[in-house]
Amino acid sequence: MLTLIGKRLVQLLPTLFFVSVIIFSLQQLLPGDPAMIMAGEDKDPETIEQIRRQYRLDRAIPVQYLYWVKGVVTGDLGESMRLKEPVTRLILQKLPVTLQLATMAMVIALLIGVTAGIVSAVKRDTWVDYAVNVLSLWGISTPNFWLGIMLIFLFAVTLGWLPASGYVSPWVDWRQSLATTIMPAFVLGNAIAGVIMRHTRSAMLQALQSDYVRTARAKGLEERTVVLKHAMRNALTPVITLGALEFGTLLSGAVLTEQIFTIPGFGKLIVDAVFNRDYAVVQGVVLVTATTYIALNLLADVGYILVNPRLRE
Amino acid sequence: MTVHALPQTVTTADADFVETPARRAWRRLVRRRGAMVGLAVIVLIVLAAVLAPLIAPYDPTAQSWSAVRKAPSAAHWFGTDEVGRDLLARVIFGARASLLAGVISVGIAIAVGVPLGLLAGYAGGLVDGLISRVTDAMLACPFLILAIALAAFLGPSLTNAMIAIGVTATPIFIRLTRGQVLSVKAEDYVEAARAVGNPHWRIALRHILPNVLPALLVQATLTIATAIIAEASLSFLGLGQQPPAPSWGSMLNAAQRFLVNAPWMAVWPGLAIFVTVLSFNLLGDGLRDALDPRSK
Repeated sequence: MLTLIGKRLVQLLPTLFFVSVIIFSLQQLLPGDPAMIMAGEDKDPETIEQIRRQYRLDRAIPVQYLYWVKGVVTGDLGESMRLKEPVTRLILQKLPVTLQLATMAMVIALLIGVTAGIVSAVKRDTWVDYAVNVLSLWGISTPNFWLGIMLIFLFAVTLGWLPASGYVSPWVDWRQSLATTIMPAFVLGNAIAGVIMRHTRSAMLQALQSDYVRTARAKGLEERTVVLKHAMRNALTPVITLGALEFGTLLSGAVLTEQIFTIPGFGKLIVDAVFNRDYAVVQGVVLVTATTYIALNLLADVGYILVNPRLRE
Repeated sequence: MTVHALPQTVTTADADFVETPARRAWRRLVRRRGAMVGLAVIVLIVLAAVLAPLIAPYDPTAQSWSAVRKAPSAAHWFGTDEVGRDLLARVIFGARASLLAGVISVGIAIAVGVPLGLLAGYAGGLVDGLISRVTDAMLACPFLILAIALAAFLGPSLTNAMIAIGVTATPIFIRLTRGQVLSVKAEDYVEAARAVGNPHWRIALRHILPNVLPALLVQATLTIATAIIAEASLSFLGLGQQPPAPSWGSMLNAAQRFLVNAPWMAVWPGLAIFVTVLSFNLLGDGLRDALDPRSK
């Protein structure tokens, strides 16, 4: 078991190396001299020269890369040009907000997706099954920023039930926190629910046709027990793994959702950085999301091995 | 698609009765109502985009200060925006940016991804290891975040947004092609082609590639849907189509500021994105079923 995890960790090293190369290369895409761009309005040659020295832009690209990697490994992702603060600190400040949103979204997605997927499989080829299919297509095809705008119109502008924007930490006032995050969390969860619904349905269909379910039915067990105790337990394993992987999608989706609901999280940080040409922040956010995604991938693999005894050998 | 590449379902001495894989797939596709509805809507949207100058009731960029934020009416079916532009005309012209972004970015992804996937799967060894690790690394970066970062570094424009989306979608096609090549490579007819002395490039292009095409077609259709949402997202953030040229994403961005007084501004562009993406998803799902050898 430990050997397997070790093997997976070793396999991740080249992936992490190439992720770092890709993210570092983003800066090389900047048209023109990065020092000139960083200097902004100030085109004083001395300032430009100082920036070049400070950010080691006068060194060869592989040397610049090594310095950058050294910083990353020691937790130094550079400094935000706009806010004059370390990128690591900025990310650590914003990450909990996005994680709260993503976790709520995942709970919503699992509740809707798993329930609808199971019902759809049990009621195969009935109108319930078709309705769930339509619901899943709706989830996959709706742009979440549009859904966000429509929900604001309905629940904030028209009904006045929820605040249109803003964020309150759960440590300050959990009720207000729930009110400010429920809409964005639903928007984020909606898309994932569609994907989870499809996977649950197909995994359940497979489980319901298996021999152990046939045996359970032959023993005279109630259909409810057969579905919930025998089929569901086995069908949900790949779905939970999928859920871990979809967390990466949630981080992506959070970019627009946080923008619409003015939530000061990770997504808003990258958008503000993009518009202020704060490249160190952009690189830092991409690096952290990619690393999170890789870590979740590993966790999903390990989880899969843990619950599936056949893979342990 | 080559006839010898896939096994035939009908074996008869009379060639007229032999059903080609493409014809069989089409026969299965037309039986799927959802896919046909999707295809019909896509055809309509493409026609609307191509014939936009002929069918749009107004110039999509013409401002009218006497018709600012007018609700839908006989004169303006979808209403007008914050500077009096006709929303129906902008939705029709906006289809051009969305379809262009969907097709071109997927074109870029296929043009780069398929040869690399073919090379990785066919050559194996070190080449495969290198291409696969870079693909893994790219897939580890969340799609939209990488596209935003690329678009930001390249500069805001529709062309750069298409490049950013295309580059971000490339690893999906590398991985898919590689996987398909690996399974097809072991087939008897590829062995036979190798045994009779065909050069590698000929085996890869004439015997392997045609068998990878069905899976690529399905993936391309589904990725167009993702690319359309990605373009709308980038335009919504101001990183795609630049004003005053119409784009569904930038229309939604403007609509957000006038949600209280002019909610119709948000309805139509969003609905247009939803219907287009849904149609591509329906068609993609139908194609997947129709091209699946196990389906009837």
